[in-house]
Amino acid sequence: MIRFFIGRLAQAIPVIFIVITATFFMVRAAPGGPFDAEKTLPPEVIERLNERYNLDAALHEQYFDYLKHIAQGDFGPSFRYTNRTVTEMIAAGLPITFELAIYAMIVALVIGISAGMIAAIKPNSPQDYIPMSLAMTGICMPSFLLGPILVLIFGIGFQWLPVSGWGYSPGDKILPSITLGSTYAAYIARLTRGGMLEVLAQDYIRTAKAKGLATRSIIFRHALRGGLSPVVAFLGPAIAGLLAGSFVVETIFQIPGLGRFYVQAAFNRDYTMILGTTILLSCLIVLLNMLSDMLAVWLNPRLATSQQEQ
Amino acid sequence: MSLLTVNQLSINFSTRDGITEAVKDVSFSVDKGETLGIVGESGSGKSVSCYSLLGLIPMPPGEIASGTAIFDGTDLLQASEDKMRKIRGKRISMIFQDPMTSLNPYMRIGAQIIEPLLLHNKISKAEAKAKAISLLEEVGISDAASRYQQYPHEFSGGMRQRVMIAMALITEPDLLIADEPTTALDVTIQAQILELIHELQQRRNIAVIFISHDLDVVKHMADRTIVMERGRIVEQGITSQLFDAPQQEYTKQLLASIPTSAKPEQYRFANSDSNKEQNFLSLNDIRISFPNGKKRFVAVNNVSLNVKQGEILGLVGESGCGKTTLSQSIVKLVNIEQGQIVLHAASDNQQAQDQQLHNLQGEALKATRKDVQMIFQDPYASLNPRMTVFNTLAEPLKIHKIASKADDIQARVLTLMQDVGLEARWANKYPHEFSGGQRQRIAIARALAVEPKMIIADEPVSALDVTIQAQILKLLLDLCQQRQLTMIFISHDLAVVRYIADRTAVMKNGQIVEINNTETLYQNPSDDYTRRLLAARM
Repeated sequence: MIRFFIGRLAQAIPVIFIVITATFFMVRAAPGGPFDAEKTLPPEVIERLNERYNLDAALHEQYFDYLKHIAQGDFGPSFRYTNRTVTEMIAAGLPITFELAIYAMIVALVIGISAGMIAAIKPNSPQDYIPMSLAMTGICMPSFLLGPILVLIFGIGFQWLPVSGWGYSPGDKILPSITLGSTYAAYIARLTRGGMLEVLAQDYIRTAKAKGLATRSIIFRHALRGGLSPVVAFLGPAIAGLLAGSFVVETIFQIPGLGRFYVQAAFNRDYTMILGTTILLSCLIVLLNMLSDMLAVWLNPRLATSQQEQ
Repeated sequence: MSLLTVNQLSINFSTRDGITEAVKDVSFSVDKGETLGIVGESGSGKSVSCYSLLGLIPMPPGEIASGTAIFDGTDLLQASEDKMRKIRGKRISMIFQDPMTSLNPYMRIGAQIIEPLLLHNKISKAEAKAKAISLLEEVGISDAASRYQQYPHEFSGGMRQRVMIAMALITEPDLLIADEPTTALDVTIQAQILELIHELQQRRNIAVIFISHDLDVVKHMADRTIVMERGRIVEQGITSQLFDAPQQEYTKQLLASIPTSAKPEQYRFANSDSNKEQNFLSLNDIRISFPNGKKRFVAVNNVSLNVKQGEILGLVGESGCGKTTLSQSIVKLVNIEQGQIVLHAASDNQQAQDQQLHNLQGEALKATRKDVQMIFQDPYASLNPRMTVFNTLAEPLKIHKIASKADDIQARVLTLMQDVGLEARWANKYPHEFSGGQRQRIAIARALAVEPKMIIADEPVSALDVTIQAQILKLLLDLCQQRQLTMIFISHDLAVVRYIADRTAVMKNGQIVEINNTETLYQNPSDDYTRRLLAARM
């Protein structure tokens, strides 16, 4: 297991290096610059700014300079918010986005797995069609539509829940978490249904029934572990997707998370901020995928043995 | 009073084409301590009728149309689900055909074995574990205490079936239903498992229903036997009487289909004049290995073998002995690591030269592929499901440029179909529309399409019912004679090889342990392993 872990870590390094390089040159290639604004600044000011941020150097020098800084863990100053470093801004936004992503994941798992299991127990019956149609709707519905609908119903209509903010008033975390999690709940429901149906058709389920086990024990003791393996494989990419995709929800609900900073940075050509966030997210994606692979190995004893043998 | 009395059981399955009567008016009974054998070919309803006793058939599409099954005063077909759960695994246990798929791969075997005990009896986990370990020892698993913690994939096929048996017997049931319990196992292992079931039954005085397609196995195991065909009981009686003097036509036909004899005289390799014997193919010191972690697994080692022009060479051995790997190396589906494979030129053709098969590539390889064709075990898996019979048979003709004009191809395909006993009007059907035996005929026609000189048949009849098996063996013998084919016939079934092969080679652990004329080998085996293999037959 440890060797597997180290092997995967070694594979991650070139991936992240390529991400850094590609992002660095792509943001520079985009038209406009960090100091373009509606009110044009005098040329000498721009020149001073460029000098200060080392933007007057040759592109490759800037690139190697940047690499040197990241190697030391320094993401540089924000080009837009002059007094703050990228590290500070990430440190402020990431915990909020992370919290949101985790709540959304919990929503997705609880709703998704239960709906998928309910559907798989009686396939091709109303018990299957109803949750699966809802899941299909969930996949089709983008969060920028679902968010406002939920706000209209529960925030403005019933006035049960606050419609914006994060941690200012009780219950303001509920609507964003549901909005963000529902698409993933729908995917997980479909994966769970598929996985469970496959496992329930296996011979060993018949064996379990022949032993006299009740349906509930068959499902929880014998079927669940195998049936959830597609879901486990999906967890890594799902959490990464939640983190990277949270900006829509953060914008709708006015949440000061990383996603909003990220989108603003892109609009503002805040080079260091874009790069810093991209690197962080790609590291998280690599790490989470690795964790979900490890979880899959841990769940499947056959894979675990073949890993040991290698 | 019998332990179980089944009366007039009928089971229907609703399919897209209407209702199928899977089981019709089946009545039988089993007494305590008795073994009842149920034999029949696939689709005869032998498994379905037993599964229905425990409510293990999916309903719908299945439906019990009528009948009763009185087990110790309870009608199993009418009992509530709650009541059935107390009978399943406690009073009636089952063992299934394939112990790999029938055990949960995600659970340690110990947890699986004690599960029915914890469920049905008031017993602590520690006591259950102690009981399981002693039972594992009883079924012949050494070092049971540590193996208790292992997963199914860490056991061999035979050991897994022992685990399955331990799991079925731990609650001390009154009735054990064994559904083809040794079909997936090698003969030597099969003999051990059958012996074990027999022993345990004697010791515990339980009733056993033993379901099998294998007549020899049932003959060996059962006190009484039922013969089923298409959902109905054809004949039942005391096993010895039924096998010695079958009353019904179907039973006679079934018994006649088992190859018991030596190769029929008229098919034997005619060339006893040793001057004329010519080697068709020579394998010389072959070694094949596969990567296995850091080491390499040697599948075939030091194998040398000559195949004579026009003979049928049988290759027997248990699973994993390397017989399939060796045969596939001849057509270069597997590459050899060392040695030579030589295809000898015909002596009457002065221009032709011996071909070093293992060195061939590209066009030259393609040309020799025409000479040596393969037939595989499972015709359903090896035929392309999206190609009609016509296209499957026409493809090799086009690839090897044997025929190019449409009417020429058409004529050849139809002749081929006729040769293997397929009707011409089936040409545009797809593989799934045929039965297993017909599919194997398609596969044989496919191999013959390019007019090969040699056929390598890898377990060509193992997936077939005995009556169909007998037909296919007859077909192969006829074709070999008509077309003067040379054949390597691979099988784990010793009786089949004896019936078809002129010479037989026995393989074990990647090596040939004995090769001789078939009758000599079967009557006077010189190798110890061959003797064990022959002794393990029922």
